[in-house]
Amino acid sequence: MSTIESTPTTTPTKAPTFREQLVGFHLIWGVVLAAVGYFVCHWLGTKVGGHIDSQSATDQDDLAVFFGFLGATLGWLIGLGFFNYPLSRMLGRPASLVEGEEYGVWRYFRLCTDHKVVAIQYFVAVLFFFGVGGLNAMLIRGELTSDNATFIPAGNYLTLVSLHGTMMLMMMSAGVLGPLGNYLVPLMIGARRMAFPRVESLTLWLTVLAGFVLISAIFLGGFPTGWTGYVPLSVEARAGMDAYLFSFALIGISLCLVGLNIIATVMTMRAPGMYWNRIPVFVWGMLTTSILAVLAAPVLFAALYMAALDRTVETTFFLASNGGSPFLWDNLFWFFGHPEVYILALPGFGIVLEILPVFARKPLWGYRVAVAGMFGVALLSFMVWQHHLFVSGINANLRPFYMFTTELISIPTGIIFLIGMGTLWRARIRFTVPMLFALAFFFNFLIGGLSGVYLSDVPSDVTTHGSYFVMAHFHYTIMGGLVFATIGGFYYWLPKITGYKLDETLGKIHFWMMFIFFNLTFFPLFAAGLLGMPRRVSNYNPSLHALNVFVSISAWCLGLSLLGLLANIVWTQLLVREPAGPNPWLSKSLEWQLPSPVPAYNFERIPVINSAPYSYGIPDAPPVADFGKPAVLPGGPAITPEGGVI
Amino acid sequence: MSAVGAAANGAGADVRHGRRILIIWVIANVILVPIVIWVVGPHIPPYHASRQSTEQHNVNVVLTALATPVLLMIWVYFGYSIAVFRQRGAEVVDGPPLEGDPRIQITWLVATTAIVLALAVYGTVGLLGSSNGAGGGQGPTPLAKPANAAGALQVQVIGQQWMWTFRWPGYGGVETPYLVLPVNREVEFHVTSIDVAHSFWAYELGVKADAIPGNDNVAFVKPTQVRSFQIRCAELCGLWHGHMNTTGRVVRQAAFNTWIAQARVRYRGVTKQLPPYSHVYYPVPDQRAS
Repeated sequence: MSTIESTPTTTPTKAPTFREQLVGFHLIWGVVLAAVGYFVCHWLGTKVGGHIDSQSATDQDDLAVFFGFLGATLGWLIGLGFFNYPLSRMLGRPASLVEGEEYGVWRYFRLCTDHKVVAIQYFVAVLFFFGVGGLNAMLIRGELTSDNATFIPAGNYLTLVSLHGTMMLMMMSAGVLGPLGNYLVPLMIGARRMAFPRVESLTLWLTVLAGFVLISAIFLGGFPTGWTGYVPLSVEARAGMDAYLFSFALIGISLCLVGLNIIATVMTMRAPGMYWNRIPVFVWGMLTTSILAVLAAPVLFAALYMAALDRTVETTFFLASNGGSPFLWDNLFWFFGHPEVYILALPGFGIVLEILPVFARKPLWGYRVAVAGMFGVALLSFMVWQHHLFVSGINANLRPFYMFTTELISIPTGIIFLIGMGTLWRARIRFTVPMLFALAFFFNFLIGGLSGVYLSDVPSDVTTHGSYFVMAHFHYTIMGGLVFATIGGFYYWLPKITGYKLDETLGKIHFWMMFIFFNLTFFPLFAAGLLGMPRRVSNYNPSLHALNVFVSISAWCLGLSLLGLLANIVWTQLLVREPAGPNPWLSKSLEWQLPSPVPAYNFERIPVINSAPYSYGIPDAPPVADFGKPAVLPGGPAITPEGGVI
Repeated sequence: MSAVGAAANGAGADVRHGRRILIIWVIANVILVPIVIWVVGPHIPPYHASRQSTEQHNVNVVLTALATPVLLMIWVYFGYSIAVFRQRGAEVVDGPPLEGDPRIQITWLVATTAIVLALAVYGTVGLLGSSNGAGGGQGPTPLAKPANAAGALQVQVIGQQWMWTFRWPGYGGVETPYLVLPVNREVEFHVTSIDVAHSFWAYELGVKADAIPGNDNVAFVKPTQVRSFQIRCAELCGLWHGHMNTTGRVVRQAAFNTWIAQARVRYRGVTKQLPPYSHVYYPVPDQRAS
């Protein structure tokens, strides 16, 4: 057993003064240097690339815009302090292994190596961008109350649709890995931090930057392609497209690094006794999601890079008239895009299967099968991407194969339902807010999954492809599945994170409003799609007018219901502040055996794990872990309270 | 060990719950599956304007009839569990520590695998066999062709921002802004684009084929009713994507002959200006910017 060097042995001693905090590295400097970097590098870009891009009749110099974004990224990272560590190492100075953890409130606005701080930063960022994407949706539904373009001009409407889709896809793919993954994975496996704390912080700040770069598309003329960015439309679009390409690339890098970090953490930093068959199922969800992210995100990056070259230096990867092929983009994008869809599903599986045993008061029914199901989904998700191209004319003779693999995915997904059903069997169910969201996950995901069967069957897909049916399908799986699970997880774990209870009554009102209006919003859209309404249009057949007005009103109520969550957070976390205690749900999982909120460095001693955290109803079950005595590795040396090896 | 004991003690209760759930499920199916097939079914699009849309309609009805028992099984199970297995009062009591039953898991796996295999076979037969590609775009070398493909009426569909035009290689390469098709005759669409990606969607006919620049996307259809049909774009193609609509007509063969003859005369001047008929067209390459 090698010595565990990366575990910090130096706890921060002296809190910095206010002056030190102010002049140090933090968000304010990040914003200032990002702005400076953008304008300096944009100017540089016009000098370098003005003549290359002069063939283009677009209103902006795309190369300069990309240079500007690169400069902004550089300035942003310098300002936040990401270059301090590598620079001091290069200069031969001893570098601290912890960074920013002693900075009080300021640590939330800078590079910080505490995984709990990063997770909270992620929570705020994802909630903010989720709100931006949600407001876009409200505006889209406003426009769709009329069957013809009314108060939003057609170009702005497309930008809204594209922003909504891209923002939601980007932020939701980081939406569980980032906040819940970073917070809970170390706690659940008995570690004090993530394997690469600086990388962890980097992924967060890249995600934040990506969100703002994407929003900047509004000021660069918007972009008309939706989140799929299909060529050649994207190659011809105005400079807002550059913002899409750059922000999505940042998210790609961020996703890949989050994935690597979580895989490394789970592989190497488990507490003694945390064998593979004792890892909580939520961690398995994070691990499989991370594997998908690591394998899929680089392909996205490659595709985006090629599109950026097509737009700036006039390569023709995707232009059929000059020897390229639009199908190249379609293939690369969906080779990333379909695993991405499961990056948005697997965390939901993990969360609901983690919540279910706690409130059913029963062990998870079929732990190994659940893990196998998750790996099955992960593996198959790389073999189905051409079902997005069933009518495109690409490799059409392979359609039976992709139809088959797509339908195969319903086997591992069905396993998740079986596990849920088995866990509920003769259970003692308590209907808390997290449990209600977990049960709603099964209701919604079932409809999402069954509608997917229509899309996987080519004759049926010819009608539904590219219509509102598809749109309703993926909102049922992503919003009805992942978002419901995530909000359930939020209600479940927030008392652990902040130490204060959320209000159950307000939570139930929020749940029922959200559940009812979610279904009233998206179920009618299956009909709209079958009746011939294409996606991403602002004008449609007048016969569908009443249906769309109904959907719009439901959608606004759905949006309002989310204010219930916000009100709950403000009311209970800022105003009332009722302490939750260490284990309000009486869970057996490791993170609930710690005080709320979790102290710095999580565990006073590295715990020794005795069992999987699902031993409900087993009379002579040992406690999930021993926290008291020095941990002894099986056949190895003991671990000191500080984490070093004796 | 204790887990096994508890499970064995609860076996009697298990059977009663299981039997009740089964009975409720069977009753619900007996009521709802016929309703789905015979009451809801006829209203599921896309109706019967062509052989392909009839096939798609049938597939949609079959899939809905198959999905209903699955949906009901999960709903009945969850509904029953929520109603019966709930803990009343504030007391927190543990349930029986059941940790999985391989027999049930294997049964479930076998059942879902059987359903999936059946679905895949059914879809493949429908795609390649009975409906000649089901009206979907099959690329330049279609595998599923109608028996008399050689005699099919060739129509080229050209997408551009933001309208559809139709070219008739069998009639001197004339290009029309309208689509008129003869009834009961095999039609072979060749779909392509001269700018960005579009998708040719003849809704009532059950045809959808992406129009990709540089690609010749073939789709077969056989209209069986004299009627009009809507044509839309189903792939986001820029500013006026939502307005890329037109109405096509299916007419009798004689009316079609008259119409195409008139079109050849009317568009004679335009036809001379057009490039020769080709499966793909490449416009001037330096016009890259919008």
